[in-house]
Amino acid sequence: MSLQELYREVILDHYRNPRHRGHLPSPDVHAEGENPSCGDEFSLDLDVDGQTVAAIATQGQGCSISQASGSMMAEAVVGKSLDEIHELTSRFKRMMSIEEGESPVDEERPGSVLGDLEALQGVRRFPVRIKCADLPWTTLEDAIRRVEQGSEVLP
Amino acid sequence: MIDAATIRKDFPLLERRYGDTPLVYLDSAATTQKPNSVIDAISTYYRETNANVHRGAYRLADEATTAYESARTKVAGLINARSSSEVIFTRGTTAALNLLALRWADHLLSEGDRILLTLMEHHSNIVPWQLVAQRTGAELVYLDITPDFAIDLDRLDEVLDERVKIATVSGMSNVMGTIGPVDEITKAARAVGASVIVDGAQLVPHMPVDVQALDVDFLTFSAHKMLGPTGIGALWGRGELLDAMEPLEGGGEMITDVGLYESRWAPIPHKFEAGTPPIAQAVGFGAAVDYLVDLGMDDVRAHELDITAYALDRLAEVPDLTVYGPQDPARRGGAVSFELADIHAHDLATILDEEQGVAVRAGHHCAKPLMRHLEVPATARASFYVYTVPEDIDALVIGLMRAREIFGIA
Repeated sequence: MSLQELYREVILDHYRNPRHRGHLPSPDVHAEGENPSCGDEFSLDLDVDGQTVAAIATQGQGCSISQASGSMMAEAVVGKSLDEIHELTSRFKRMMSIEEGESPVDEERPGSVLGDLEALQGVRRFPVRIKCADLPWTTLEDAIRRVEQGSEVLP
Repeated sequence: MIDAATIRKDFPLLERRYGDTPLVYLDSAATTQKPNSVIDAISTYYRETNANVHRGAYRLADEATTAYESARTKVAGLINARSSSEVIFTRGTTAALNLLALRWADHLLSEGDRILLTLMEHHSNIVPWQLVAQRTGAELVYLDITPDFAIDLDRLDEVLDERVKIATVSGMSNVMGTIGPVDEITKAARAVGASVIVDGAQLVPHMPVDVQALDVDFLTFSAHKMLGPTGIGALWGRGELLDAMEPLEGGGEMITDVGLYESRWAPIPHKFEAGTPPIAQAVGFGAAVDYLVDLGMDDVRAHELDITAYALDRLAEVPDLTVYGPQDPARRGGAVSFELADIHAHDLATILDEEQGVAVRAGHHCAKPLMRHLEVPATARASFYVYTVPEDIDALVIGLMRAREIFGIA
């Protein structure tokens, strides 16, 4: 049942109780994203300690897929190094772009780094909704890029 | 009285299925489906009549010109224009409103003047006026929405003073379905000498419209929202006002004489139709008008009242559902926006599509100022037309109940 696959309990839980919601008192970087066609909004604050994301806080409004994706992402990236986050981002995007019927993600790597995020696999069967799941990640990429360029990080 | 179940047989797309699930098309406010007569008119035009219009001394070109101009006559007849020359074919409502902004408003307005709008306008009747305001220094003023989803006319006298030179108002909201208070605004605007523009994108397809009785100055509408093809719509304006306006685009077809350094314009409507026009689309537009006139616009409206009343009754059975629009069908058209519990409109649209084949709109409906006023980031919208049957509404309600289950709402 594909709708059940899309709206798994864990997704609805993250939608209704998003983790790491709110603002950081003085974030090192703030990034905003939106999907103008559907109006979904997602923004985030990061504190970066050296090469590690020490804290994240997110804001936004939109459908369950975009907001759950953002909540799961926040849980997954906190405490991770920038390199690990790059790896995570590319794994997530790969998962969202895999054709249906291909082997499931991370088959060869049990105990996947994606964790709860794998619940979003069902989204790829609904092509118009993939951009919802991607929105927080695109926003995160924007934030990380600015951190790496050094322009946003306070001394 | 319209028999929608019979009418549906004229619309081949409504026979579509997704596997075993029949398509339930409830997005007619975005665009309507097309009857065979419109599809055939366009196809026959290309098979038998295609030539460029207003030139060529051969019979085929004359037939094409006649087909194009008779479409204009039909459109003019639908809205009871004094003359078909008052009907300009445009790309659609958006292009018609932009033409007015660029060639009527820019000429008319200067710093300190005002344009009166309402909070229920579509972006296409907001953004062109913001651009006018930037160019001329004029200001925009908005009439508010009441808690029962009507335009608040209490402040009309206060807002409408002699600084207001243009009032531009939607005849029917594409979000709430609310019928715009065109009469009241027109009377008040006349008293201060302001001209009146009606965005008829939703009004003209759904109700009888008589521009002479309305006493407005301009009316804009789109063919594809009234059974016709995309790519064409109409600007109706009082002849003397259109005569006074400069052309928007220069080119072929819109001149009587061209010299090296200056030219003379053709009379209306051709002054505003530079280049080869959308001839096949006009022919399709004419066929759509024929179809609606055959049904009778009074009956089109009567059917919409029936189906909207049925939809509002059925939606009231769905727990935790909020409708953003008037409850009285007499005050509204058949575009019904709603929210269901904490389920986002996009999720609703996905579930309705997947479970019941129901196509609804989800989002801000190109009316962000209205959505902010209603304090909803997004709504789902079901919208109806001549071919909508009660079974379509039943499928919608089943899908909504299913959405409650999927989201674990007891």
